Amino acid sequence: MGRYFLKRLLQGVVVIFGVTVLVFVVTRLVGDPVKVMLPLEATAEQRAEFERQLGLDRPMAVQFVDFMGGLTRLDFGESLWQRRPAMTIVLEKLPLTLQLAFLGVGLALMLSIPLGILAALRPGGLADRSTVFLSLIGLSVPQFWLGLLLIVILAVQLHWLPTSGIGTPAHLLLPTVTMALPALARLVMIVRSSMIDELNQQYIKTCFAKGLSFRRVIGVHALRNAALPVVTLCGWELIRAVAGYSVVVETVFAWPGLGLTAIQALERDDLILLQAIVFVVAILVVAINILMDLVYKAIDPRLELA
Amino acid sequence: MSCTAGPLLLEIENLVVHFTTRHGVVQGVRGVNLQVAPGETLGIVGESGSGKSVAVQAVMGLINVPGEIVEGEIRWKGRSLLGRDGRAHLDAVRGREIAMIFQDPMTSLDPLFRIGTQITEVLRRHLGMGRKRARERAIELLELVDISAPEKRLDQFPNELSGGMRQRVMIAAALACEPELLIADEPTTALDVTIQAQILELLAGLQERLKLSVIMITHDLGVIAQMCHRVAVMYAGQIVEVGLAEDIFEHPVHPYTQGLLRATPRPDEVTERMVAIDGMPPNLIAPPAGCAFAARCACARECCGLPPELTPCGEDRLVSCWCAGQQQPG
Amino acid sequence: MNTADLHPDPRPRRFASVQGLFGELWRDKAGFLGVALMGALLFMAAAAPLLAPHPPTAQDLRARLVPPAWEEEGSRKHLLGTDHLGRDVLSRVIYGARVSLAVGAVVVLLAGSFGVVLGLLAGYRGGRTDSLIMRWIDTQVAFPGLLIALIILAVIGPSMLTVILVLAFNGWMVYGRMTRGLVLSVRQTAYVEAAEMVGCSATRVIFRHILPNLTSPLLTLAILEFARIVLAEAALSFLGMGIQPPATSWGLDVAAGKNYMFRAWWLVTFPGIAISITVLAINLVASWLRLISDPQEREKQFARQMRALSARRRRRRPEAVTP
Repeated sequence: MGRYFLKRLLQGVVVIFGVTVLVFVVTRLVGDPVKVMLPLEATAEQRAEFERQLGLDRPMAVQFVDFMGGLTRLDFGESLWQRRPAMTIVLEKLPLTLQLAFLGVGLALMLSIPLGILAALRPGGLADRSTVFLSLIGLSVPQFWLGLLLIVILAVQLHWLPTSGIGTPAHLLLPTVTMALPALARLVMIVRSSMIDELNQQYIKTCFAKGLSFRRVIGVHALRNAALPVVTLCGWELIRAVAGYSVVVETVFAWPGLGLTAIQALERDDLILLQAIVFVVAILVVAINILMDLVYKAIDPRLELA
Repeated sequence: MSCTAGPLLLEIENLVVHFTTRHGVVQGVRGVNLQVAPGETLGIVGESGSGKSVAVQAVMGLINVPGEIVEGEIRWKGRSLLGRDGRAHLDAVRGREIAMIFQDPMTSLDPLFRIGTQITEVLRRHLGMGRKRARERAIELLELVDISAPEKRLDQFPNELSGGMRQRVMIAAALACEPELLIADEPTTALDVTIQAQILELLAGLQERLKLSVIMITHDLGVIAQMCHRVAVMYAGQIVEVGLAEDIFEHPVHPYTQGLLRATPRPDEVTERMVAIDGMPPNLIAPPAGCAFAARCACARECCGLPPELTPCGEDRLVSCWCAGQQQPG
Repeated sequence: MNTADLHPDPRPRRFASVQGLFGELWRDKAGFLGVALMGALLFMAAAAPLLAPHPPTAQDLRARLVPPAWEEEGSRKHLLGTDHLGRDVLSRVIYGARVSLAVGAVVVLLAGSFGVVLGLLAGYRGGRTDSLIMRWIDTQVAFPGLLIALIILAVIGPSMLTVILVLAFNGWMVYGRMTRGLVLSVRQTAYVEAAEMVGCSATRVIFRHILPNLTSPLLTLAILEFARIVLAEAALSFLGMGIQPPATSWGLDVAAGKNYMFRAWWLVTFPGIAISITVLAINLVASWLRLISDPQEREKQFARQMRALSARRRRRRPEAVTP
């Protein structure tokens, strides 16, 4: 077990390193960060002064070493926009993003399991056909548009919920639903197809022949065997929620998490803050992957964690 | 091999099972009649696709879309197992009074649950046993099927056991509630030859000790010879011959049975070539109107265009053939 | 009971004629709808200049925020209304198809080619090459794609070309993984082993024996990726890091319409519907393809249809029995 963890951590380090180096390269080498960060009228002297302040006039290798050094101390420097340590800002906003991502995917998972099972029990029946149909629609609708629609219909026309921001559980509802719906569409299809596959297996016949209750055969035996692909997809959805969809959903709902902050940093060309955000997100991705592996092992004790 | 007398346990009357596929409706079982008395072992022998597995799966209520029981009656101790009322009877009886074991022990056990759980869940479901008592009983059952170190085995997973041991576990789970009928669907086909012999011996022993009735499904005549009192020969979804096992081996009447026996290699005979039955089984989407074996039968006549029925032929023998009785015993 | 044993299908698996293809399509109504919609969209994109009533960038400041024709203040001249600069929404929707479909197609081609080549290399060569490539894939898959895409686009400047490059950069791994997996499993089949033993050159083995088995699953994957790319481009444009004005993109229009969401609902609605219909059509085509290329799937589909049919029949005549 210990060896497995070490290996995964090592892989994770490689990933995080790769990501951070990539961002470093992109921001320093490609494009001109100084030009991007300063107003147009800046004189040559002001530019030179700015460069020296940021350490951008030094050779690239030195900059890199310095950067890596800061990395180990988790020091990315000060955000150009907010004039505070970038890492502090990131750690402030992180919980909000996590909240949205986990609630959204969690909601999707909770709904997808009963729906998927119902659909799998009677392929071709009403539950099946409507699940497939609604899932297809859910997969095709762009998430940002869905969020906007929900705002227009529920918040504006019906005045049931607030349109944006944070504070109360009511504020949490629409962003969570927007986050959950595409994930639900994908998860329910996997639950359904995985359950259908399991229900065709021989051991299910044995279970029925043993006279076990329907609920036990489906809900305990079949479900646990069907869980693996669902867990895989769940992990994938969590990762995409944290690393991708959060940007979109938080923008639509003005939810002040990492995603919205990333966009704001982009708009203000605050490359330092961006680097810090990317770094933390990469760590999250690796952490979620490891978490998923642990869940696999809990479900299927035969699995050799290689 | 003795049988206890008594009313029939299982009666299958005119069972018809169809499978609806893209290519047409496959008539898997075309009018099967069988009875099982207490304490007897009935063998059902036939090649792949003859319908033997489907027939017993119908008894256990395991026929599902695209399959469907179209006609016929199945009775356990006089009460029907089909239809809405039969469903309740089936639920009460399945796993408890009738048990079934399957062909491939590798896929027949749930890979994610421990052996112990897969046995105790039967006990807790049907007999309402508490956890501790169920565990004790599970150990007893494992000992009954000759598994060594039963306490250790309880906590193991199916993939940690060999094929033979897995099959023994299946038998243990099947016998947990002391059923009266055990249906064994090719229990040894997927096992090594040496293990086969062990399992068959185990089953024979259990049959005697527990006074079980057994339905043994196989394509291997040797298994029939070893274990069964009576045997039914199935071909193309129908029963073509039924009788006492010893009798049928010595005096097979139906040409198909004769062909099967001829094709079985015997260690005491020296032959140069194996004798096979010419031709192929018929397509069950459009089965022939008359005798299904007529196309491959040496003595086929005009009357074989009409479907024959199981008629008595000699003592304790039923044969479905127009030429019955006029054939030379092979 | 294995029904396939009883009656081996005498019909050849591949379609002997275009007619066969149409027959298949007609039977699966959803697939038919998908293909029909895709055709309509392609036509719309290709014939945009002919179909659109106005140029998409033509501003008419006197006709700003005009609602769709069926509303009170709507006008026949602008069937779906106009935006805050007086540009015709219908025309922008029609022209928007060009961008979405073009970006999708090019990205799939780029990412797909790269991914398939690498997957072939990894699967065929095996050993060091394989583990190196797979490790690269595993690492890159763990990158937070959207964030990196945004940063790269912010730095090098967003445009149709850069969007395509970034989306391809982020999207090739899935082709690589699938190709490698397929190559490995196909290589184990008896006839490929035989070909290699007989002495066929590597290229011959790859092209004549391995590749034909890959086309079907890869095609389905490509189509699904196509759908994903359309959504991704829309999201990037929505965030302002995708297609830039004066080019027309559905995502861009939704972003612009967001500011007038509460007054002019049509600005956000119609481009969004366009995206949804496009992606839906692509998904329908993909699932239809998966259906016809996998005989097991067709059998399952058939079983589902029969089940629905018999359920309906049983409801109408409870005593009747299926023949």
